[in-house]
Amino acid sequence: METVQQLIVCGGCNAKIGPGNLGELLADLPKATSEKLLVGFDSTDDAAVIKLREDLAIIQTLDFFPTMVTDPYLFGKIAAANALSDVYAMGGEVLSALNIVAFPEEKDLGILKEILRGGAEKVQEAGAILAGGHSIHDSSVKYGLSVTGTIDPTKIYQNNTCQLGDHLILTKPLGVSIITVGYSAEEISEEAFVKATTSMETLNKYAMAIIRNYEINSCTDVTGFGLAGHLHEMVNGQYSAEIDSARLPYFEEAYQGAKEFILTAGGQRNRNYMEDKIDFQLNDFGIEELLFDPQTSGGLLVSVPADEAAALVAELQAAGIPAQDFGTIIEKQDKELIVY
Amino acid sequence: MFKIDALGKACPLPVIETKKALREHDVVETLVDNEIATQNLRKMAEQLGYIYQMDQDAPNHYKVVISKGNADLIDDEEPQVAEAIATVDDYIVVVDTNVMGRGSDELGKNLLKGFIYSLTEQDVLPEKVIFYNGGVQSVVEGSDSLEDIRGLAERGVEIYACGACLNFYELTAAVGEVTNMYRIVEMMRQAPKIVKP
Repeated sequence: METVQQLIVCGGCNAKIGPGNLGELLADLPKATSEKLLVGFDSTDDAAVIKLREDLAIIQTLDFFPTMVTDPYLFGKIAAANALSDVYAMGGEVLSALNIVAFPEEKDLGILKEILRGGAEKVQEAGAILAGGHSIHDSSVKYGLSVTGTIDPTKIYQNNTCQLGDHLILTKPLGVSIITVGYSAEEISEEAFVKATTSMETLNKYAMAIIRNYEINSCTDVTGFGLAGHLHEMVNGQYSAEIDSARLPYFEEAYQGAKEFILTAGGQRNRNYMEDKIDFQLNDFGIEELLFDPQTSGGLLVSVPADEAAALVAELQAAGIPAQDFGTIIEKQDKELIVY
Repeated sequence: MFKIDALGKACPLPVIETKKALREHDVVETLVDNEIATQNLRKMAEQLGYIYQMDQDAPNHYKVVISKGNADLIDDEEPQVAEAIATVDDYIVVVDTNVMGRGSDELGKNLLKGFIYSLTEQDVLPEKVIFYNGGVQSVVEGSDSLEDIRGLAERGVEIYACGACLNFYELTAAVGEVTNMYRIVEMMRQAPKIVKP
């Protein structure tokens, strides 16, 4: 099926190593201890934050993955939007970025140029400096960015600091892995595919510019672990979260696709990790699959005090961001997530 | 038995190929090379109410057999296919208006109130009542029918109100569950019979 200017579809965040495996492995590694390291990998946050001065810290993050769409230019845009997102999820501003490239020796370099063009455009849109990169030959195409951002150390949004009674807001619809793999299997329409990829290439910059003006308690971006996995990190063993499936933002075609058994490997890995932590009070296989669906360049998941939620959602929606208030942080229950 | 070699194929392809084969065949054997793929096949089999068997022949060689079987061979939960077999009495009610019939709206409002009251008096209650457009005005505080609808809900009738419609009229449902168009279509599609005022 592969034509000269096309990529093989094999991943996106669907290719991420499962959260269970990663946690076990990281637990045994020596841990860096420095007062300057404000957020490191002893937590499971989106990026590392290192304090430089009282009023300045840098955010470091990198993200790269295999192709999830056949169009190299589109792939470049999505991979870059995904990599830049970690800085926004912490509440920071992006400063600079470096390309990370793996590309087969025998492949047409014109394809690589298109990937890099897509990436460079997104870095430019973000207002960051694209300062170089590193590329190697490899059997399959991979692309991403190493991104540096800046932040005020007193205003870092961590992914596990939600508070009782908070409302949960998600700024992009769920279901992009179901749609992209379903599209490549010719089970999903072009129209749905365009909707999903448009969402994926949208920078979280615009949502964060609004969110920043509110007193939020916790924020992360929803990526490979799916909404369920990221909520698991957010409640941090201290609370549970209630999810109202009727208010959950998702692509209808993804919901329908899940019910037609467009089942991804990443989604099943997330299910294996999270399933026993969830009380599904409704019998809806499509909703279950959406909660486990790995998101590539997913939306921001924000935990915000109840009295701010409506205003924040209204402002996001007015700016054209399809945000929804879909849940609440409640006292810790037997299960971490209660879905009704 | 129909056989599919899905070794080397990534999800969702093994599942989709198996699903398609099951349209034509009662028993399908699928070879896959990873455990996650077997789990996805099992998920599909469970959703369809089919029988799932798996043998691992080698580290990267799994043989999955999914068979439609017949209902009495399936000993765990009720298979979902059973939902399709409905008795003649099963029905759902769709209320898409705040008046019943055409003519006088004043009369129409009274008729709708009477319709909902009469539902509560039926020998066989509906499985679900779905309210959309002007219909959502019945499920809010101050509605003449609210008590009747609450009574239906207490007796196990599922009550649904269209969320977009509530938003449009700036109303809050006082009973039942807020739902969306996709689910409304799905519930109507799956209903053996739809009754409307």
